[in-house]
Amino acid sequence: MTTTSAPPSPPQPKRRVGDRVFAGTAKGSGILILLILAGVAAFLVSEAIPAITAPAEDIPGGEGLAHYVWPLIVGTLLGAVLALLIATPLAVAIALYVTYYAPRRLAAAMGYVIDLLAAIPSVVYGFWGLAVLAPTLVPFHEWAADNLGFIPLFEGPASSTGRTMLTVGIVLAVMILPIISAISREVFGQAPALHREAALALGATRWEMIKMAVLPYGKSGVIGGAMLGLGRALGETMAVAIVLSGGGAAALTLITSTNPSTIASNIALRFPEATGLGVNTLIASGLVLFVITLAVNMLARWVVNRRADFSGAN
Amino acid sequence: MSTDTPTALRSSTPTQGPVRVERRLPRFAPLGAYLAGLAVGALLSALTGFSVTSTLIYGVVLGTLAVYVLTRTVEGRRKAADRLVTALVTTAFGIAMIPLVSLVYTVLDNGLPRFDAQFFTNSMYRVVGEGGGAYHAILGTLIITALATLISVPIGLMTSIYLVEYGSGRLKRAITFFVDVMTGIPSIVAGLFAFALFTLLFGNQVRIGVMGAVALSVLMIPVVVRSSEEVLKLVPNELREASYALGVPKWRTVVKVVLPTAIAGLGTGVTLAVARVVGETAPLLITVGLITGTNLNPFDGRMATLPVFAYYQLTQPGTATQAFLDRAWTAALVLIILVMALNIVARLISRFFAPKTGR
Amino acid sequence: MAKRIEVSDLNIYYGDFLAVEGVNVAIEPRSITALIGPSGCGKSTFLRSLNRMHEVLPGARVEGKVAMDGQDLYGADVDPVDVRRQIGMVFQRPNPFPTMSIYENVLAGNRLNNKRMKKSEADDIVEKSLRGANLWNEVKDRLDRPGSGLSGGQQQRLCIARAIAVEPDVLLMDEPCSALDPISTLAIEDLMTELKERFTIVIVTHNMQQAARVSESTGFFNLNGVGQPGRLIEFNPTERIFSNPDEKATEDYISGRFG
Repeated sequence: MTTTSAPPSPPQPKRRVGDRVFAGTAKGSGILILLILAGVAAFLVSEAIPAITAPAEDIPGGEGLAHYVWPLIVGTLLGAVLALLIATPLAVAIALYVTYYAPRRLAAAMGYVIDLLAAIPSVVYGFWGLAVLAPTLVPFHEWAADNLGFIPLFEGPASSTGRTMLTVGIVLAVMILPIISAISREVFGQAPALHREAALALGATRWEMIKMAVLPYGKSGVIGGAMLGLGRALGETMAVAIVLSGGGAAALTLITSTNPSTIASNIALRFPEATGLGVNTLIASGLVLFVITLAVNMLARWVVNRRADFSGAN
Repeated sequence: MSTDTPTALRSSTPTQGPVRVERRLPRFAPLGAYLAGLAVGALLSALTGFSVTSTLIYGVVLGTLAVYVLTRTVEGRRKAADRLVTALVTTAFGIAMIPLVSLVYTVLDNGLPRFDAQFFTNSMYRVVGEGGGAYHAILGTLIITALATLISVPIGLMTSIYLVEYGSGRLKRAITFFVDVMTGIPSIVAGLFAFALFTLLFGNQVRIGVMGAVALSVLMIPVVVRSSEEVLKLVPNELREASYALGVPKWRTVVKVVLPTAIAGLGTGVTLAVARVVGETAPLLITVGLITGTNLNPFDGRMATLPVFAYYQLTQPGTATQAFLDRAWTAALVLIILVMALNIVARLISRFFAPKTGR
Repeated sequence: MAKRIEVSDLNIYYGDFLAVEGVNVAIEPRSITALIGPSGCGKSTFLRSLNRMHEVLPGARVEGKVAMDGQDLYGADVDPVDVRRQIGMVFQRPNPFPTMSIYENVLAGNRLNNKRMKKSEADDIVEKSLRGANLWNEVKDRLDRPGSGLSGGQQQRLCIARAIAVEPDVLLMDEPCSALDPISTLAIEDLMTELKERFTIVIVTHNMQQAARVSESTGFFNLNGVGQPGRLIEFNPTERIFSNPDEKATEDYISGRFG
C-alpha cells in the first residue's frame, strides 16, 4: 500500500487477502467507470457506422447524413447559447444576492429554493413551457416581429403559438440557472475574507467591495459554471421536445414557427417510431451531440480545475 | 471608480467632530420610491389595458430609477451605484422566483383534479377515455429506479473508496476527470448507449426495463461517486490512524470505521442521486417504451414509467383530450412530489444519522 | 509482555526526502523512554516508524532495521498489521471512534478484527482496560454513551484503554498531553508510571518537564537546518541528559538557548 512510485529497494510489504480483494474491487470499480465511458463512445460509434457509410439517398430526407444533422446542430447550438446568454447574468446576480445581500438568516433557505429549480424533472419544465410560457410570450413575439424585425434573429413572421426557439431558450435558461448560480455562489463565498474586509476598511461601499475583491476572484469559476450550464442546455431533451415545434431548416431565427429542431429532442421524437437505418441515423446524430457536450464539459472542467489549482483553497 | 472616489469623499457635507457625518436619505425613502413607482406603474399600465404584470414591471423599473436619482442627489454617486446594484440583484432573485412559483402553481392547478385514489390504483389497461390511472407507471418507475440504484451504488461507492483511500497517480486523476466529464453526458445519450448495448447483445427489437436501469445508472454513477468522495474526505484521518494502530487491516478500517462514520452523508448523497434520475424521461422513452398494462418484470417486455406516461398523455391524447391532459398533469404533480420527498428525506438523513460527536 | 526494541542505522523517507537519518538506539522494556527535540526534528516520524504507522502515508518508507526481541519488524515476511497489534499507539489528539459507545471503543481493537468472544469475556476486558487507564470509576455507569461525549482528558484515557485492551507489548505515545489541560496531563502522567510495570513505553513530548518527570531514558533529536534530515543527537539516562548532557546541542536545547 505504500511503494507504488518509490524505488524498488524495500520489499513490497506482504498484504492480506482481505486487503487485496477489497482494494482490487475498489480499483476495479474505478476502471469499470472508465470502461463504461469508453463503452458509451464505442457502442454509439458501432451503431452509427451504418448511417455514416450508407449512400446519401437512404438517409431520412434523402440527401445524406451531413444534410440531415446540420440543421439539428444549428438548432442545438442556437437554443443553448440563447439560454446561456439569458441565464448567466441572472445567475451571477442571484449568487451575489444570496452570498452578500440576502438577510443572513434567510440566505441558506434562499440558496435551497434556487436549488429546487434544478430538482424539477425536465418533462415538467416541458409541460410548463408549453402550457404557460409559450402562450404568455405570444404578444412579445408579435411585438418583436414588428419592432425588432430588422435584426435577422427576430425576423418574422411571428409564431402564433409561441412554441419557438425563443421560448425554448427561456425554458432552458431557467433549467440551467441553478447550475450556474450554485457554482458562482460557491466561488463568491470563497473570496478571501481578508481582501473583502480590506476593501470595506478602505471605505468601499458593498458594490465596490464586490467589484474589487469578489468578482475578480470568482471570474473563472463563473465561466466554468456557465460552460457546465451550456453542456446541460445542449443535451436537454424533453423540455425542448415538448415545447418546440421544430423541423425547419438551418436558419438563425428565434420567433418563427419554422425553427430548426435540436439533436436531443429530434431523437426523442423520432426514435420510438424509427426503424432500420433511421435508428442508425439518430444514433449518429446522438454521437455528434455526445462529442459536442464532451468537448464543452472537458473545457469547463479544465477551467474550473485550473482555478482550484491557483486559489490555494485546498 | 478610482478616479471619482476622492471627489466623492470631498464633496460630502461639512464635518462636525472626529467622524464625518454624511447626508443620508431617511430609511423609508427607498420604500417610498418603490411605492410611488408602483402607483405610477399602475397608471401607465391602465393606459394600455390594466394588468398586474405590466404594473409590476413598470413599478420596479420606475422605483429603481427613483431610488437611484434620489440617492445620487442626496448621498452621491458611489452610494447611488451601490443602491442600484442592490436593487438589480434583488430583482434578479425575484425574477428567478417567477418561473418556480408559476410552475408549481400550474402543476398544482392542473394536476389536482385527477389526484384521486383511482389514479394510484388503476392502470391504463383498456382505458381509452376518462378514468384510468398511473398505478402501472408508478410501480414501473419505482422498480427501474431501484434497479438503477442497485447497480450504481456499489460501483459508485467502491470507486469513491478507491479515489479517497487507495488511489494515486494517473489512474486516480483519470477517474476523477472522467467522472466529472460523465456528469455532463446528456441523458438521451445515456439512453442511446443502453439501447446500443442491448441491441448488440439481444438483437434489434428488445425493449426491457433493465435497459432503462442501465441508462439511468450511467447518469447516476458519477453523482454517487462525487458525493461519496466528498463525504469520505471529511472523515478525519485520525480515525483511520487510530484503527491502524490497533492492528486493524486497511479494508476493515474502511468498512467498519470510515463508512459508519460517513453513513449520514453517504445516505444523503445516494438519495439526492436517486432524486436526480427518478424524473428522467428521455432515456426511458427510447429504451423501456410504454405499455398500458402493469408489467412488474424488468427483464421481460416494455414497462410503463411515470415520466414517459406523463409525456405520452400530454403529447398523444386520444379522443377524450381533457382526460388525457388531466392525467398528464397529475403525473407531473406526482413526479414533483416524489422528487421533493426525496430531497426532504435526504435532508432528514443528514440531520438524524450524523454521528453524535458531542463536541 | 514488555519487549525490548533495537533500532540500527534507521533512515526514514517521505518519498525522496530523507526525514530522519542514521538512528541507532536500544529501548529497554518496562521503562519509559522520552523523545524530545524542536518541532520538525523527526521525533514523531521516528516514533511512527516503530510500529510501521509511518508507511500509511503514501510514498513513505524506511531503510535499516527495527527489531523487537530480535525479530526484524521490517522483514519481508512481516505483516505491518501484526506489528501494530503488538505495538499500540496513542495520538496527540484524542480520537475515539464517534460512531461507537465507550464500551465499543474499548473493544474496538478486538471487534474490528472480528474476534469472537463471550459477553462476560468482553465485559472483563472492558473493565480491566478502563481500570488500567484510571477511567473505570468515571464512566462505569455510562458505558453505552458515545465516547466523544467525554472531556478531552477522559477521551485520551479512553484511547489509552483502547490501546491496552489488545494487550500490546509496547505502547507508543505521540505527545499524548499536548491537547490537554494541566490536571488531565497529571492524570495521564500518573497513569504512565503505572503502565510501565507492564509495557515498554515510548513517549514523544514537547514538554521537557514532562520528560524529566516520567522517563528513565531520554533521546534528543535535532536537525541542522530546514530541509536537512533529523538525527538522534544524544540518548542517555534522563537524569544525565538534564543535568550533564554529553552534547553541547542538548545542553543548549535543555537550557532554553535554542528552539
